[in-house]
Formats: sequence, C-alpha cells, structure tokens
Amino acid sequence: MRLTRLLAVLAATTLLPTAACTSGEPEAPAPASASAAAAAPSGGPARENADLVIWTSEAASRAVTPIAQRFGQENGITVAVQVIAADLAANAITANQAGNGPDILTLPNDFLGGALQNGTVKPLSLGAADLEAYEQSAIASVSRNGQVWALPYGMENLVLYRNTKAVPGAPATVEELVSTGQAAVRKGTVKRALSLPVGQEGDAYHMHPFFTSAGGSLFAMDASGQYDTTKVGIGSPESIAAAKKIAALGEKGSKVLSRSIDGSNAIAQFTAGNAAYLISGPWALADIRKSQLPYDITPIPPFQGGKPAAPFLGVQAFWMLSNAKNPAFAEEFVTKTMNTPEAMTAMYEQDPRPPVRTDVLATVSAQDADMGKLAAGARNATLLPDFPFMAGVWPPLGQAYATIVGGADPASTMTKTGRTIESAVRAK
Amino acid sequence: MTRILCLGTAVGTAAALTPSLVAGGHYVVLSIAWVVVAVLLATYATRRALLAKYLVPGTLLLVLFTVAPVLATVQMSTTNYGDGTRTTKEQTVARILANSVVPTPDSPTFNLSVATTGPGGFTFFLVDRATGRAYAGTPDGLAELSAEAVTVTRGFVTAAPGYTLLSAAQVNDAAEQLRDFAVPTEGGAILRRGLREAFEGRAVLRYDPESDTIVDQRSGTRYTVQRQGDREYYVDSGGERLSDQSWRAGVGLENYRRAFTDSRILGGFLRIFGWTVIFAAGSVLLTFAVGLALAGMLNDPRVRGQKWYRSILLLPYAIPGFISILVWSGFFNQEFGLINNLTGLSIDWLGDPFWAKVALLLLNLWLGFPYMFLVATGALQAIPGELKEAAIIDGAGGFTAFRRITFPLLLVAVAPILVASFAFNFNNFNVVELLTHGGPFTPDNPDAGATDILISYTVRLAFGAGGAQFGFAAAIATLLFVITGVLAAAQFRATRSLEEVH
Repeated sequence: MRLTRLLAVLAATTLLPTAACTSGEPEAPAPASASAAAAAPSGGPARENADLVIWTSEAASRAVTPIAQRFGQENGITVAVQVIAADLAANAITANQAGNGPDILTLPNDFLGGALQNGTVKPLSLGAADLEAYEQSAIASVSRNGQVWALPYGMENLVLYRNTKAVPGAPATVEELVSTGQAAVRKGTVKRALSLPVGQEGDAYHMHPFFTSAGGSLFAMDASGQYDTTKVGIGSPESIAAAKKIAALGEKGSKVLSRSIDGSNAIAQFTAGNAAYLISGPWALADIRKSQLPYDITPIPPFQGGKPAAPFLGVQAFWMLSNAKNPAFAEEFVTKTMNTPEAMTAMYEQDPRPPVRTDVLATVSAQDADMGKLAAGARNATLLPDFPFMAGVWPPLGQAYATIVGGADPASTMTKTGRTIESAVRAK
Repeated sequence: MTRILCLGTAVGTAAALTPSLVAGGHYVVLSIAWVVVAVLLATYATRRALLAKYLVPGTLLLVLFTVAPVLATVQMSTTNYGDGTRTTKEQTVARILANSVVPTPDSPTFNLSVATTGPGGFTFFLVDRATGRAYAGTPDGLAELSAEAVTVTRGFVTAAPGYTLLSAAQVNDAAEQLRDFAVPTEGGAILRRGLREAFEGRAVLRYDPESDTIVDQRSGTRYTVQRQGDREYYVDSGGERLSDQSWRAGVGLENYRRAFTDSRILGGFLRIFGWTVIFAAGSVLLTFAVGLALAGMLNDPRVRGQKWYRSILLLPYAIPGFISILVWSGFFNQEFGLINNLTGLSIDWLGDPFWAKVALLLLNLWLGFPYMFLVATGALQAIPGELKEAAIIDGAGGFTAFRRITFPLLLVAVAPILVASFAFNFNNFNVVELLTHGGPFTPDNPDAGATDILISYTVRLAFGAGGAQFGFAAAIATLLFVITGVLAAAQFRATRSLEEVH
C-alpha cells in the first residue's frame, strides 16, 4: 500500500520538471537591438510549412501579413508570417544553420555583425538605381564589405515624449526637464518626473543620450565617423564625469531615475498619466495615441553646457537568409514587392515609425507631424553598433548604470566596467 | 499475439522512417533506429534470454536518452562550436565567395523568363528593360534574338518554340540547380535576381584550393588561413580578416583549460556552486518544514473542515508556475511592489544580493510547500495511529511521540522524495531565470549573478553575454555532470543508511 503511493508520488516528481519545461519570456517593449545575442534556452520557434516564411515582430507583422498574402495569391503559393516574440536574432541564426529557418526576417541593423559572423544572410543584389530611393544613412547602416545586406524600411531612435497637460513647454536642458517635471509632481498632476527604463539589470540603450550629453562615449570615433573599437570610452575620466551626472539623477540624488522603472512598465507609467516625461522610441507611439493623453515629441535635451544628447539610430530592415528553403520567392518579395512606395507606406501605417524610402518619408511627414518629430530626434544620433562582441558590452554597461542609479560609487563602478568591456572587446 | 503486434509496429515504424531519413542524409539516426529494432527482435522474437526481456527496455532508454546526450556533450566540449564557428570550412568558403557577387556599375536590368529544354538544361530568356532587345543566355554566352524567334508580351518572353517556360513556383523549386547558373559576359556574368529579373554582376573573390587562399580579383589581395584565438580566419598579410566567419574545429582540452584557469570563471563557479547547494537544500528544508507543519495540524481529527483547508492549501500548486513567478516578480518591485506597499518596508528585494536570495527562497517556498504538504499528509495517514497511542501510554508527551515515533517513520517514506526534490531544485532553472535572471550582477562580472545557480550560469555562458559558446558551455555542463553525479551518489548512500535503521 505504502509502496504504491510512494511510487505514484515519485512518478509525479519526475514528471514535474518536464511539465514545467516550456520556454517563456515576458515580452518587453524594448527594441530587439540591445540584446541581440541572448537566446531562448529551450526549444526555439519552429518554421511553419509554407512556400514563403517570414519571421517578424508583432508590430511589423500587421503590415507584412496582407502584403505577403497578396504576393502569395499573385504567385500561387502559400505564405506564413510568424511573430517571434523573443530572441528573433539568435533563433534565426540557429534555425538557419540547421536548415529550418525562415526565408525572410525583419530585424534592426545591429543584426548585421552576428549574421555575417555566422553566414546567416545573403546580400541584396540591388543596383545603385534602386538603392538611390532610400536614405543613404539607412543603406549605409546595413552595408559591409561592398555589399548591401538588407532592405531597410523604418528608423528608430529615442525621443522625449512629454505629457503636455503636466508640462506645457518643451525643456531645453536636462536640468529644466527635472525642474519642470518635479514641479508637476508637487502640483499633483503626475506622480513622477521622468519614466526611463533602468531596471535591476540596467538599460545601456536608453541611458545613452544622457551618457553622451554628459561627455561619455562607448568607443572613440575615427576620422571617417566609424567606431574605433581599439579605444573603449567606458572607464575613461570623461565616462566617470558622465556617470556622476547620472548618479545625481538617481535614487540617492534627485530620484528622477529609478531601478523600479524597467522595460515592462516604463511606457505604461507614461500612458497612465503617472509620469510627466517618457524617453522611448517610435514603438511607444501606438500605446500613447491609444491612451488619449495630450503629448508632444521633442528631441532629448542635453545637460546644461553639455554635449548634444546622442541616441542610437536603429534601422529596421528585411533580411534574406542564406539557407532559405525558397530563395527565389524570398528575393522576389524583398527586392520587388517590398521595394515599392506602396509597400513601404503600408509598413508605416501599421507600425508607425519614420520610413527610410525618401519619397514615402516626404509624403508621410506631410500628413503625420509625429514622424517629422521622431526623425528630428535622430539629428545627433550615432549608429547602433553591430559588432558581435556587443553582446558582451551591453550587459555590463547596463548593469553599471543600474548600480550607479542605485547609489554606487560612479568612479569605481565605471573603472571596473571599463575593464570588463575591454576584455569582451579584445576577446573577439 | 500482442508480442507479434508490438514487434511488427517497431519494424514497421523503422521501415516507414527509412526513406525520409535516407533523403535527409541522416544515416546515423537511421542505423540507430535499425539497431534498436534488431535488439528488440533478438530479445523478444525468441524464447531464450529471459533476463534480457526485463532489462532491455530500460537499458535501451538509458542509452538513448542519457548516455548518448552525455557522450555528445563531452564530444562537443572538445570543439570551438559557437557563434562564428557554426559552419564547416567548406561551407564558410562557399558562403564568403557567394557573398562577394556585386552588380557591375551601370549593369543593365533584364526581364527574365527561365526556360528549359529538358532535365538540367536551362536557358535564360532576357529582355533588356532599357532597350527592349531580347536575348537568350546559356552557360556558353549571350546571343541576341531576332524579333520572330520568340514571343514578347509586356516586356517578357512568354513563348519560345522548343522550350518550356518555368512558372514562378518551378523557378523557386529549381533554385538549387539555378544557383550556379550564370551567363558569362565580358564584365562578369548575368545572374538571376528573384523570379523575373536578371542583372549583370561578378564575384569579386576567387578561391584557390591548391594554396588554400582567397584572392580579391580587384585589388589582388591574398587571404590565407591564420589562427586567432581558438579559431582560424582568412586574413591578409596585415592580419586583417576577410570575414568574421570562421569554422568548426577540434580544440582538445582548451575549453577545460579555460574553465580552470580563467579566474573570473573559476571564482564565479565556486561561489555559484555554494549558492546552488544552499538554494536547493534551503528550498527543500523550508518547503518540507512548512508542508509538514500544516499537514500535522490538519491531520488532527479535531480540526473541522479538513477538506476545505486542504483544497485551499493546494491552490498555489494548481496555478501554473510561470504565472505565479511572473506575478511574484511584480510583488517584489521596490517601488510599486505589493510586498513593500503592504508592509511599509522599502527593501530592495531584487537589487540587493542578500535580499534577492531571500526573495528567491520565499518564492520557492510558495511554489513548493503544497507539494510537501500533499506528500506529508499522505505519509502521515499511512502511519498507524496505534503506534502513537502506544507511545503515549508508555508515558511520552505529544511532541516526544512525534519526534521519536512519527517523524522517523515519516522520514523513511519521504526521504526519497526529499532527495528528488533536492535534485529538482539543484537544476531549477525556471524560478531563477524568471524571477531574478540570476541577478543582481556586478559590472565587473556580468556573467555570474548573485542568485545564479549552476544551470542558469551554464545557460548564460552558452547563449548569453559572449554570444553563443556551445563548446565552452558543453565543457561546463560536463563538469556539472560530474558534480551532480558525485552528489547523487552521496545522497543514495545517506538514504540507504536511513533504510537500514528502519
């Protein structure tokens, strides 16, 4: 009697781990960019069985699906648009190598480094005549070794969203942002001045505008405006000075920045009317518009007397995979179907961010003032770096910001982080 | 009869799998499938080997699902497999060459119709978009066509006598054969783009297998193989890489050397090992203590509504773990979290190394106590009441009776479960990953967080900060395997001594 019961319980124990073994990750509204190489530990997504398979984000899928379906009807084939919520880049690299990846995917330009290192993508083969229709900076962001590797469709960079009910006028400096935001808190219109995702693990992408305005830099720039990765800027005296300015905004300072705000609640804090300001990108726009909150978009202001605040410029693009099962359909879809003003306009309508096809950008900016304002935020932007070793740079840098916001000593934290990043950069 | 049916099913399954496995080139899997079938036939088709009839199923499962993965992991730990080394050298060279095709400056664009005269023979019918002239392109070259030779409709060749034109789907299906099809021209070659378009382009790089060098035909730069770190690249005379793509190669014990010599990894490993043991043991002890206490209380016949209490206590067990964990991670938020808001505390639950560990144990207590409650209730009810009665008649108090009689008897029943629970928590990846991600981290060691257990640490090494390093992670996993093996052996010794007491 006791033995059977015991066996039953033992069987339950052994089944327990398998039952709990499906992969799941909370969906964060941050761009794929900041953690390109982290992968789902168990079981990646599976390729659907169709004549053209596209892996994309939720927002982009709304625009891609109807275009792809029309393409399927015209060519008499089946199409599948799969939304991959977590770790699209790493999953696609692995799946492509195993021969069961998609034919096409959408990801920002910082996919390029890892994709080239693993031979995951193939070049676009479009001539100069076609490429002239696009913003040259966007084409440059997906170019390497004399080849263009993806068809860009939209750009993204951080901007300052402002609740105009709480603060009517745009701030010219970070100091003004803090004082007007805190004044609104004292008046009781909002609960906090600024919503900027920090979290326990930090967010190097979202902190970059403040960091650069305070004088910090990730890498030195060479004469041609490219990153010089032999000169890491983290750990330098300038970076320590910048970290001190960030610390002054942190939990032991003016409390404008807090680790309690992370990727999962930053946008919601603003749309719920709790925060006077939000620093985020075009992906926040749909939620903000839905919330009916009165808002305005301005570039992120610099510190008083500081350098311009430089967010990262990311470029969303269509990539063709090297081991695609249907390479001819994939090439036809990317180079012919998507490479049209109509398709690019559809992308903007479903996933509002400034288009990079110049004719579409002109039409769209005329109708939608927000697009021009988002694009204005990119004036001082630097290109999102795509080096494969960035996977070893983002986490420690983010962690350093989180620790500094939490009140740790900026000087020693930055020095230690600089050493970690140096070793990550040198290892590759 | 049943025996024949089962054996027949096994043979039939293997036979049904064979064509697709052969087509896919999975010969190893194929031979394994047939070896399994042969072993099954040899054991069960005859009347001999009675002992084997009982041992074969278990042994087969053990070999397939335990021994084989372990061997594969050990094998992988001697390679540099990871990001940048996922391909073989041949694949890498082929990819680098294929990627070097660029459109020639002012290349004309052609409207393309792919035609065939029979298996394998393709012809490109091309119409120059600018001039409207039609051409036939073959591997021998480009030939202009007279207006009568083919039918041109809206800029495309739509019919050609003696040729079959391929539909879009057929072009896509023939992509493999068409990949190397090119019409040579003076400036390079005419190449297909998508389904209906062609352009003139040329490959910039050429591979010389004799000397194993890749040559840039524009500049004449020669790229030779050179070792950098644990992998090889094609580099020019100045050490500049042609491509970041390397290839898979054996590195011997290099990954183990790195695990034992890199102070950051070794230091992290030992600290994390300590916390893993504390976490697993702490989770078992806490959940068992709370579960047993509740079970003991509710086991008293004087308690009314036992069933209701028991059902309510099982609720946390009924909610899927993933949901509970995510909800709890919200509770622990310092500013907006339920716990700090209710208690008026301002504890930095997930940011402080000590409190993050406490939070993790608390969460695991919530997730685990109903299970222990269930087990303890069952075991308590199986202990005859007379034993306790006899002890009390002999003069023992309630607590002494529990400590001297009930608890030792209970322990005999639940000890294997405690061991299993320890083993489960030793590798309880989900709780750690979903609550703290292994954090909080320090900026000087972003790979090893304060609440990392060995398995979450290994996963981060394999897929995390340094990009995918499967070879190195396999080496760590092998070391982990040895450690858990030793631990399991020790635990089994301990449980055996317990049974001997009984």
